[in-house]
This record gives sequence, C-alpha cells and structure tokens, in this order.
Amino acid sequence: MNADLDKQLNVFETKINEDINIEPRDWMPDDYRKHLIRQISQHAHSEVIGMQPEGNWISRAPSLRSKKILLAKIQDEGGHGLYLYSAAETLGISRDEMLHQLHEGKAKYSSIFNYPTLTWADIGAIGWLVDGAAIVNQVSLQKTSYGPYARAMVRICKEESFHQRQGYEIMTKMMQGTKDQQAMAQDAMNRWWWPSLMMFGPHDSDSPNTGNAMKWKIKRQSNDILRQKFIDKTVQQAHLIGLSIPDNKLKWNEDKKSYDHGEINWDEFIRVINGDGPCNKQRMKHHIKAHQEGEWVRKAAIAYQLKRKELINQ
Amino acid sequence: MDTQQQILHYVLRLGDNALISGHRLGEWCSNAPILEEDLALTNFALDYIGRAENLYQYAAKLENKGHDEDFFAYRRSERDFQNHLLTELPNNNFADTMARLWFLSLYEFYLYNELCSSHDETIAAIAQKSIKEIKYHLRHTKEWVLRLGDGTSESHYKMQKAINDYWMYTGELFEMDTIDHEMLNLGIGINPQNIYSLWLKDVKETLNEAQLQVPEDSYMQTGGKNGIHTEYLGFILADMQYLQRAYPDAKW
Ligand SMILES: [Fe+2]
Ligand SMILES: [Fe+2]
Repeated sequence: MNADLDKQLNVFETKINEDINIEPRDWMPDDYRKHLIRQISQHAHSEVIGMQPEGNWISRAPSLRSKKILLAKIQDEGGHGLYLYSAAETLGISRDEMLHQLHEGKAKYSSIFNYPTLTWADIGAIGWLVDGAAIVNQVSLQKTSYGPYARAMVRICKEESFHQRQGYEIMTKMMQGTKDQQAMAQDAMNRWWWPSLMMFGPHDSDSPNTGNAMKWKIKRQSNDILRQKFIDKTVQQAHLIGLSIPDNKLKWNEDKKSYDHGEINWDEFIRVINGDGPCNKQRMKHHIKAHQEGEWVRKAAIAYQLKRKELINQ
Repeated sequence: MDTQQQILHYVLRLGDNALISGHRLGEWCSNAPILEEDLALTNFALDYIGRAENLYQYAAKLENKGHDEDFFAYRRSERDFQNHLLTELPNNNFADTMARLWFLSLYEFYLYNELCSSHDETIAAIAQKSIKEIKYHLRHTKEWVLRLGDGTSESHYKMQKAINDYWMYTGELFEMDTIDHEMLNLGIGINPQNIYSLWLKDVKETLNEAQLQVPEDSYMQTGGKNGIHTEYLGFILADMQYLQRAYPDAKW
C-alpha cells in the first residue's frame, strides 16, 4: 500500500477510535463515503416521502388545533429532509443526483411509508409509533462518526420527541372517546405495530452489512438492541391508555428485564422493500409527478436569476 | 341584525377567508416544485389556520351560545360561509396559486394594516399578529410573480394566464355592504374602497416590472359575502368536515 494512503487511513482510524468526528474536508475511505451517502440520502428521502401519508390527512384533520399540529409536523419532516440533503451534499453528491437515484429506484426510503394512512388514528399511530421508532434510532445516531450527520441528528431529535408526544396525545384522546374512536385507535395500532418493529431492520444474526458500519461507528447500536428499546418503552405507553399490542407472544421477561416478542414477518418486510407494499408505486408516482410538474417553475427561477445577474453586470 | 350580530358576521368573514385559503394551501403539501416551496406553502397554510382559529374563538365569544372555534369551521354549511370566491378556487398550477395568493396577500396587507388600529381590541390584536405573516406572504408571492412573469416564455405565459383568469374574482374583495358600512361607522372595520386604489397601484407596478399585462376591466364575479359560492366550496367542506359530521359525538 502507498505510504501516503497508509498514513491517511491511520489518521482516520485513530479519529474513529478516539470518537473524534470526521468532517467533510477530512480524508476518508471511499467505502465510508459511499456508505454514508447511501444512508443519509435514504434518511432524507424517508423524511420527504413520509410527507405523503401524513399530508393525506391535512384537509380532513378533525379540529383546527389538530390541523395546525399536523401541518407543523409535516413541515418539520420536510425540514429534516433539507438538513439531511445538505449533510449528504458535504460528501460530494448533489440533491439533484439524489432525487434522480430515488426516481430510478436506486436509492431507497424507509419502507414504513409504503403503508397507507386509512383513518385519522393512523396519524396518531405514525407520530407515536413511527416517530417513536425513528427517535430510538436517531438518538443513537447523534453519536455517529460523521460530523454533519451527527449534528443534523441532534437538531432533528428535539423535534421528533414533540411528534411522538403529539401522536400519543391523538391516541390517548381517541381511547378516552367514543366506542368508534377506540376501535379506530386499536385498528391503527394493529396495522402499524409490526411495520414499526420492522423499521429497525433484520435481526443482528441476519444483517451482514453492519460490520463496517459498526467498525466505523456510523452505526452505534445493533438493530435488535434498538428494537428492544423501542418495544420496552412503547408497550407500557400502550397499556396506559388501554391499547393492546397485536402480539400474543409478547411477555415480560423478568431475567432480562425487558419484553420477549413474537416472530416478525420477514417475508412481508422483504416483499415491501422490494416494491410490493400497498403504496410503493403510489408514493414514487406521486413524487415523480410533482417533480416533473415543477420543472418549468425551477427553470423559470434559474432564467430569472440569470437575467438579474446580466442586468447587474451591464 | 343588531350591532353585536354585525360584528360577529364581520369576524366570521375574516375567519372564513383565512380558513378556506389555508385549506387550499395545505393541498400543496408534497406537491410543490421544490422542497423549500413545499415548506413555504404549508407554512402559509399554518398561518391561515392559526388566524382562522383566533377569529373563530372570538366569534364564539361574540355569539355566546356555548360553541367553540371548531363549530364555525366544522359544523356550518355551504350557504353559511362568507369567504371571497377567490379563496375557494382550485389550486391548479403553481402560477395560478401564486397569482391568487399574491392578489389576496396584497389585499390582506392593506386590510389588516388598517385593522391593527380597529376600535375592537380583539380584532386589533389579531391583526397585529397577522400583519407580520401577511408581509411575508406578500413578499414571497410577489417574488414569484416577478420570477415567473420574467422567467421563461412558458412561465410568462402561465403567469399571464393566471392573472387574467383570476382577475374577475378580485372585484369582490373591495365590495361594501351594510355590515361593512356599520363596521366603518363604529371604527371597527375599514372602507374596502379606500384600499382598492392602493391595491391597484401596487398590482400595476408589479405586473409592469414582471413584463405582464394588466387585464382589461371586465365583469367582476360576486356572491361570497352572501353565501353564494362556486361549486368548489361544497367539496372543500365535504372533505374538511367529514370526521366531525360522521362522528358528531366525538372529541378529537
Ligand atoms: Fe423527521
Ligand atoms: Fe417526525
């Protein structure tokens, strides 16, 4: 190996070992850069695609207060998308390229958003369960080794915990409400519980990709550990408001001081990731359509800016 | 109608305009040309819904029948709403939405500026809060009128068409009826005809700068203030009010 490269790798690894953040101008191995681009762009796309299932209920939010909260939440998510696109851009990829990869199917987004929001309770379930699961993952990522990503996570986590509380509040109100509302809330719980557990990815024993990510401290805790944290905090919240968990194997394990749970349906997980979830096609079609319909607007903005510059230069 | 009733109507009109505008802007979520614009439009929607909430809270107080703000948004029917027709028209393309919102924001700028010194303290307080938002909406939409008007030939065409199409809905903004007269006499409301010339001057200036034509005067649509709406409003309400109507005993 070339001595220069050797030295650079050494500096990089020392920083990783000593928990010093890697910054955009630092040398980094190609695979580290690639891994981060893939992960951060996927994260950004998830924030943005997630605006669709939630946006689906803005017009029908059942009170002015809940409409305001939902509008603000979706804006937060779009804002998260923006920070994350910027963080990925520090690695040498443009937002246009990332969008292109998304539209080509080369970049993914969180599979959870391939499920539909069928009733108002789904808005509660997303905030409480989906944002709740995202927080567990993102809190852990606040300590990720790439500086811009870690800092984006710190900003994002503050807002996510609001979302989680607001989602839980929707569920609580519905569980204190009429029979119809209670049934709606339980139904949403039944549909969102398992997909939320799948958000953490395959069992540690089945995830071959995490080796380098753990070594480079991009990922700080394993899928199963994060999933367990989520289950342990969420089960109690569910019981507190009278919701049951759709898992008859769920049981408190006194020895490990946490819950045992039933087997996750990994066939469904793989099927949805590979494109056959209920809304995969709808989500992509929607995003591509908006992007294409907006092209003339983006072109006009650029043309206008150029004209202004020419005027100033004259 | 006694004075209290007239103030109630005046406040409801302001609230209805805010609510329906906010509803239309919320429909842009996940549909805008760029992410930044998606956030701007839903942010404006949020401003409008917040304003509607404040105005309806005041309406509930004036009405004094034990209703809350959601009653006015969710439990009234098509003929009860008194918003301008311009606010309820479909979003169509981005130029259409920007033209409509610019016309409205400019009108609201002059309206709320005067309402800041209304003799009704609650209206004045709401206006003072709203005017900051309105200034921002106005600046943002004006920038887009300029960009699109003086951007590409396609954007110019679309913006000119939008201006022409919505022109016939702008007359209604400046209509004056008995409620407006009464509010003006009490120092609570404003004279919409006084702000018309200011509005028109700014419109002409901006259109000129954007290389766009000022439409010729033609017939102006009317009806919103009397609850005579376009066919679009019924669908907005069907959408917006569905949960409250389907589960009348539920609290959300
Ligand atoms: Fe987020
Ligand atoms: Fe969130």
